[in-house]
Amino acid sequence: MKARLTLILAATLLLTGCGNGNEKPAATPDTGKAGISGKVIVFAAASLTETFGQIGKDFEAANPGTSVTFNFAGSSALAAQINQGAPADVFASAAPANMKTVTDKGNADGDPATFVKNQLVIAVPKGNPKGIKSLADLTKPGVKVALCAAQVPCGAAASKALTAANVKLTPVTLEQDVKSALSKVTLGSVDAALVYRTDAHSDAKDVDGVEFPESAGAINQYPIVVLKDSANKPAAQAFVAYVLSDKGMAVLTEAGFQSP
Amino acid sequence: MRRFPLPLLVPAVVGLAFLVLPLLGLLVNAPWGTLPERLVEPGILDALRLSLECATLATVVSLVLGVPIAWLLARVEFPGRRLVRALVTVPLVLPPVVGGVALLLVFGRFGLVGKYLDQAFGFTVPFTTTGVVVAEAFVAMPFLIIAVEGALRGADARYEEAAATLGAGRWSSFVHVTLPLVAPGVAAGAVLCWARALGEFGATITFAGNYPGRTQTMPLAVYLALETDLDAAVVLSLLLLVVSVTILVSLRDKWIS
Repeated sequence: MKARLTLILAATLLLTGCGNGNEKPAATPDTGKAGISGKVIVFAAASLTETFGQIGKDFEAANPGTSVTFNFAGSSALAAQINQGAPADVFASAAPANMKTVTDKGNADGDPATFVKNQLVIAVPKGNPKGIKSLADLTKPGVKVALCAAQVPCGAAASKALTAANVKLTPVTLEQDVKSALSKVTLGSVDAALVYRTDAHSDAKDVDGVEFPESAGAINQYPIVVLKDSANKPAAQAFVAYVLSDKGMAVLTEAGFQSP
Repeated sequence: MRRFPLPLLVPAVVGLAFLVLPLLGLLVNAPWGTLPERLVEPGILDALRLSLECATLATVVSLVLGVPIAWLLARVEFPGRRLVRALVTVPLVLPPVVGGVALLLVFGRFGLVGKYLDQAFGFTVPFTTTGVVVAEAFVAMPFLIIAVEGALRGADARYEEAAATLGAGRWSSFVHVTLPLVAPGVAAGAVLCWARALGEFGATITFAGNYPGRTQTMPLAVYLALETDLDAAVVLSLLLLVVSVTILVSLRDKWIS
């Protein structure tokens, strides 16, 4: 199963990386263009909760008459919902693999565009009481670590980074998503967790993010696409264009995302 | 056979279909061809064993602590009884994930109680199998308490009074008169409690975390399988279902015969 997973991941990375990584979807109207109205339902990865919430408000302000509704959840749950016919106009995934399950079923309208990248950091409680500076420090005795499970994107990235650093780590728990790994740090039940930089950023009052060089080898790409069954394609395309615009990117990079 | 009144029969059939159709959905979508090889994938049996052990232990804990609570609520007049009864149902109303966070705030390393456990014994409950049992007992015990309390209220207190007039103390009459009287209620409550503990997900993953062989029970394994492979998730769910139904049915046969 693991081998198959890596294969799928590799295949999707190839597809999204070489093929159409930075191409914007066809027919992208300018931001704030007149004539767009109605509801846009956006299914977005949980890690986009803060940024997309903000972008949604900005988009509504720039396009009077539109309203954006979000469904934030794990990317795989969202992909499953879309493939089961959930009413959605836009899908923003935290990993190419989950986007692929939607495009493979022919549920996307055009090719997905990669809009941001995210990188792992070591989240530690504010002030870094255990003095953790590198991945190797996580194996010190008495340091409890939470990782994401290998099945979710942050876990796949973590095992890649640990392999690259040649660090053998026994975590106390393998969490089901990145936010719950982070909450184990904020609640004080572990000393460190490998999370995305944006997650550490969103909880900056409780946690510090320790950067480490090996994270460069495990970068996570976020693709976005308009869905085939969208009831309001013009507005959906305008929303995607807004995310990819300078204004959208400003919100995203402010939160710690990197532009692709 | 007597004719059944339609106003009862029709909703009963509709209700049954509503309860059974999702199961049918699982069965229809199960990858029957690759079933045997999927069942022997590493980790599955560990998760199943852990699930059964933890649910059973949680039921034992619930029986030991829950039956006395039910007895207090049903048989003893004390101030604030209604409040206590409402408090007992809190875990039912609380979203399990919140229950897990609440348990962390009490038994976590810096928790109200966990702090002292850590200092005194160097023992922390989260991320251990004990943590799974704690989380499951927290969520499942109210089912047992409510069932047993209902049975106690339905049981005729005059039997206990008769026992008392014959010289039995309160403890003796509880063990020899009350318990046998409400045994079916206790059994029903224990089954509910066990079933709820077996399916527990939210509080477990939040409080005990997810580590294969130590805290990863079947529902956690199912959730993670769902992230990558729907077929694997369906297989795991069916396995849990078959095993638990088999256990419940065989226990039932034992009681009836």
